[in-house]
Amino acid sequence: MATRVATSATRRVFVQWGAAALVGLLGCGGGGTGGGEAGGGGAEAGGAATGPILVGEFGSMTGSEATFGQSTHNGIMLAVEEVNAAGGIGGRMVEVKSYDDQGKTEEAGTAVTRLITQDKVVAILGEVASSLSIAGGRVAQQYGVPMVSPSSTNPQVTQIGDKVFRVCFIDPYQGYVMAKFSRENLKYDTVAVLYDQGQAYSKGLKDDFIKSYTAMGGKIASEQAYTGGDQDFSAQLTNIRAARPQAVFVPGYYTDVGNIALQARKLGLEVPLLGGDGWDSSKLTEIGGQAIEGSYYSNHYSHEEERAEVKEFVAKYQAKHGQVPDGLAALGYDAGRLLFDAMKRAPSLSGEDLAKALSGTRDFPGVTGTISIDADRNARKPAVILEVKGGKPTYVATIQPT
Amino acid sequence: MTASPWAGKAGALRPGTAAAATAGVTPFAVGLLLAAALQYAVGPAVGPFFSDLLIKIGINVILAVSLNVVNGYTGQFSIGHAGFMAVGGYAAGALTYYTSMLAWGGPQVQGGVFGVGSALFVGACLVGGLVAAAAGWAVGLPSLRLRGDYLAIVTLGFGEIVRVLLQQTQDVPFTADEARALSPVEMATHLGGSLGFSGIPFYTNLFWVWCFVTLTLLVAYRLKESTFGRAFLSIRENEIAAEAMGVDTTRYKVRAFVIAAFFAGVAGALFAHKIGTTLNPRELGFMKSFDIVIMVVLGGMGSISGATIAAVLLTVLPEALRGAADYRMIVYALMLVLVMIVRPQGLFGIREIWELPPFARRRGR
Repeated sequence: MATRVATSATRRVFVQWGAAALVGLLGCGGGGTGGGEAGGGGAEAGGAATGPILVGEFGSMTGSEATFGQSTHNGIMLAVEEVNAAGGIGGRMVEVKSYDDQGKTEEAGTAVTRLITQDKVVAILGEVASSLSIAGGRVAQQYGVPMVSPSSTNPQVTQIGDKVFRVCFIDPYQGYVMAKFSRENLKYDTVAVLYDQGQAYSKGLKDDFIKSYTAMGGKIASEQAYTGGDQDFSAQLTNIRAARPQAVFVPGYYTDVGNIALQARKLGLEVPLLGGDGWDSSKLTEIGGQAIEGSYYSNHYSHEEERAEVKEFVAKYQAKHGQVPDGLAALGYDAGRLLFDAMKRAPSLSGEDLAKALSGTRDFPGVTGTISIDADRNARKPAVILEVKGGKPTYVATIQPT
Repeated sequence: MTASPWAGKAGALRPGTAAAATAGVTPFAVGLLLAAALQYAVGPAVGPFFSDLLIKIGINVILAVSLNVVNGYTGQFSIGHAGFMAVGGYAAGALTYYTSMLAWGGPQVQGGVFGVGSALFVGACLVGGLVAAAAGWAVGLPSLRLRGDYLAIVTLGFGEIVRVLLQQTQDVPFTADEARALSPVEMATHLGGSLGFSGIPFYTNLFWVWCFVTLTLLVAYRLKESTFGRAFLSIRENEIAAEAMGVDTTRYKVRAFVIAAFFAGVAGALFAHKIGTTLNPRELGFMKSFDIVIMVVLGGMGSISGATIAAVLLTVLPEALRGAADYRMIVYALMLVLVMIVRPQGLFGIREIWELPPFARRRGR
């Protein structure tokens, strides 16, 4: 009998699934008795006010941007452990429920729907890629559950509505930072651009970079496009080489950037590459190797910064995972901590109260800089420039928002 | 005359018009009732998540059953079904989004299941289907004159062209004023590009999805049993023999293709208005087409019930395995491989579920 009690929860899940499958089968088979039985399997599960606080996370744990999801997840879990070790929120522990979205918008929408309607989470953390955050954010907005994106930089993400927030800077700022750095610090006059036309992130960042760079008197030597996952970039790179730029701005994701770097060197294109936070993965140097040396990219933080928050976070993360945290881990950590901070300040955990508390965040001491949430639910904060040196990203400069 | 089965029944050669009308309408009525039952009884009882799953199942059933008309009945190999889905989805999505913007000043849902907004939505679904059908005609006419693998190549190319064209479009306007500033031609080029078309109002619900499922299933079934369907089947079995018997193979192939494209367009429209969807060109590429092909192959090429059941299984399975995290795609793929080893002809082969034991015995076969 004891075993029966123990498995009742599992069984309820099966009954729910069975009911759903049954309804589907009956529906298309043309049977007449679809309704009655399925009702019994309805979702009644919900968190009692004294139990743990459930927070949902959706991310790309598999797929071509898998390190993004995993790093973010590690960062979030570190924040959760800390808040629980410090006694939780109002005496209640925090629990995180994570789903993989495989880097697909359809899956992201489903995962968020499931988190909100089945698991009854009070808030959502995610995603990295902007298109996925938009898909998930629309669902969160529809159900009135606040969502904090750790690292989606496209401006459209927080335009969804009053429940969607982020803790990172946005692309127009990142484009401006890289333009400023290459124009003023590196003194480049002509730069070529190679972007991923299939990624909104890449396209948006390219536009913002070009706008800022030409406004600062720079010249775009050549503008070439590829599609994420391409294996052969020789046509674009040959065109770029012919245009003789001083650097190539490649606002893509790390897998493609690594391959582009390798092929550029093979074709005799020796100028440095410039990029954005999509480069931020240990895989970049694994794939790119020597070819990516001497390239620069903008990021949310550097583990070499001297601030106390950074040192403490890096030490904790290294002790747990045995590696240096990348920017996405830091943003995941900040997103989690910022959310828990808002939970502590909110009068209740309802969507309205929590969203209000989140938008009231001012001068929050994050690992990735001091974060204030502005009227558009975006974070105002500085960016750092990193250089790939000796197979490692090395801190070069911090550029403050103007 | 004497051999007619109706010869004995009051001398009538055919069933009366009233009886014929009843026989024609009854399945639709049953389908509508079922759809209504899903919307008002099952949906509220199982909650939003399982409702969403039932909607996804419905959409995938439409996709699989319609692709089955080309790949199953007619024996052609199309791998561009997601391309037609994208065409229909974007056409319908743009129609409701921009109409909502201009008429109501925002993309909010207007009215209930039978409200003015839903009328617009259903109209948009049909328009989406027609646009996709037109695309199907344009693609099918030149390529279906040929025999063999050409169709696969052309449809693959078509799907990729649609994807790349959609990725080149501009951002969707967020406010009514921005939308009003656009001319209709400009609206067609402001479809969100690679970021995806977000903001389409959430009109898709169980009732309308399952109405369209009913329509798809009935059209597919009646088609199969009609002279049209017999011509399709003859092309599948032997194209040269079919031609020798006077079947205009190109015309019939194009017809099959256009019908399939229409329903793919409708499915795309339903998908576009579903909660949790952002229309994204990257995800309506050939991987999505393959998902649909897998449903048809798994169910059995030519079997409507097979395609339906495969669509249900392949929608529920990945979701049921979501808890298995990283391993779910492995489990999913393994199951597919196993089925293909055990039943290479698909679950039902070319037959329907009621033609197989144990159901067949009841009919005295």
